[in-house]
Amino acid sequence: MLLENSGFFSSEPVQTALIVGTCAALVSAVIGVFTILRGNAFAGHALADVSSAGGAASFLLGINPLLGFLGMAWIAAFGMEFLGVRKVRERDLATGIVLGAGLGLSALFLYLDVTTTSTTGAAVSVMFGSMFAIPQSLIGPALVASAGVFLLVGLLYRPMMLTAVDPDLAAARGISLRWIGLLQLLALGLAVAVCALAIGAVLATALLIGPAGAAIRLSRRPAQAIFWAMAIGLTAVWGSIWMAYESYYWFSGNAWPVSFFVVTLVFLFYLTAVLVAKVMGLSARQKPVIWPHCEA
Amino acid sequence: MFSSFMINTWIASTAIAFVAAFVGFFVVTRRSAFAAHALPLGAFPGAAAANLMGINPLIGMLIFVGMGVFLLRQLVRMGRRDVGTGLVLVLFLGVGALLLSMTSEYAPAVFSLLFGEVLGVSDADLWPILGICVLVVVGIALYFRPLLLDSTFPDLAALQGIRAARMDLVFLTLLALVTATALPVVGAFLVFTLLVGPPAAAQALSGNPMRVLVLSVMFAEGCIWSAIALSYWTNWPIGFFVGTIGAGLFMGARSYRHWNQRQRNFLVV
Repeated sequence: MLLENSGFFSSEPVQTALIVGTCAALVSAVIGVFTILRGNAFAGHALADVSSAGGAASFLLGINPLLGFLGMAWIAAFGMEFLGVRKVRERDLATGIVLGAGLGLSALFLYLDVTTTSTTGAAVSVMFGSMFAIPQSLIGPALVASAGVFLLVGLLYRPMMLTAVDPDLAAARGISLRWIGLLQLLALGLAVAVCALAIGAVLATALLIGPAGAAIRLSRRPAQAIFWAMAIGLTAVWGSIWMAYESYYWFSGNAWPVSFFVVTLVFLFYLTAVLVAKVMGLSARQKPVIWPHCEA
Repeated sequence: MFSSFMINTWIASTAIAFVAAFVGFFVVTRRSAFAAHALPLGAFPGAAAANLMGINPLIGMLIFVGMGVFLLRQLVRMGRRDVGTGLVLVLFLGVGALLLSMTSEYAPAVFSLLFGEVLGVSDADLWPILGICVLVVVGIALYFRPLLLDSTFPDLAALQGIRAARMDLVFLTLLALVTATALPVVGAFLVFTLLVGPPAAAQALSGNPMRVLVLSVMFAEGCIWSAIALSYWTNWPIGFFVGTIGAGLFMGARSYRHWNQRQRNFLVV
């Protein structure tokens, strides 16, 4: 057992997976809480899905996959902004249209990947991630992207939080909703890119909204919610990397994908948080005014 | 392009686009694009599981999409709607990724499940698809009025004794059925565009429900026919064409409305 564990930490792919996974969990916890408070879970998911087109294109062009994910996520963010995401009634449709077009592009790029280059596994690794196959050279860019998110949120924490919780009040205080919204989308794009690199573009949503959704049920203050989201996200990611590594022995040489464990753990944590909140009487109705958008 | 092995595809896709337009009309009026995106992805592991066990994929997809509807309703009841939907979606995708990692036929099978395949319809597949399409049409005919009222004026519907929870179940069931039939042809990711794009474009052009329905059927048929034809010629994935044509229709309709309104305002001024 001891021997196996020492093998776990000294293995190079595991080290890379742990670093990138930790970045993804921390960054998505911070951004996730804002995203859910703004009621933007669908938009967050859409950005992540569309970023898969960037990941696929990066295989084709031979550029850094993180840049590919990021570029496409930002393009999608501007597209949604342009199509009128501000009006709540139109938001759902505009998000959906951008999502559809982005996935279409992703289909084309993946097809071209398979036909023109010989990267047969591109579809699976872009969509569902393969954490143990992340090259070591991507650790640096992932750290830079995460630092960017923390810098943006650190500088703009108060106006961002006020805008998320009560846009009218924020506007009355003289905060430019347009700029804050745009900066937040940029931060969301960075977070999505790191998550997509770690657990795959279409599964990135699990880290983005799962831990934050659970944390919001458990806490009464935004900062507390971010802390809980980080704790849940880290536990899920570290636990899944370990389980995926060990599953090689459990299923006689047929290791299960890390992303599957991440998604399952996040889901279980969410269910637990909902139950705990119910037992402890933290139901949505009794929540203090700080969560005005938390309708039942 | 119209040779014998393509005939089934044309028939099936015409039927699928027809029902997709009707169900999509409700997706758009109920603003539940996220659910319409999540359910096809819920059906996707069903196809993978059926592949693994060697049973008919349609049965696997129906079972999984049924579980998806059940979980979605439970989770939405427990918390915020968008968070619950998103989590159900990734859970099913994660299971799908696991099942795919177990099968031996790797990349091409994954690709056609996610992004569609033109030649996927055999004679044995055709009849179940048509049967389910008829079922959906009957369901819509039965529930059209209450569903429309519940989608547009929920308060008024409640006054008339229409139960919102029941309408939600009816809507999700119809959506699930369409999803399971459309998935093999259009692909798990792009079923959603077929559902949302044409009705959204139609709604930008008209406010009358009947006119919107007729327009969205026309748009959906046009979208899928041209996607199949283009995919047949270029050999590119059908999902790409469905996605871009859907978005193009929406953009076109929006610009037309914008231009039209400007003209009218100009006359008034």
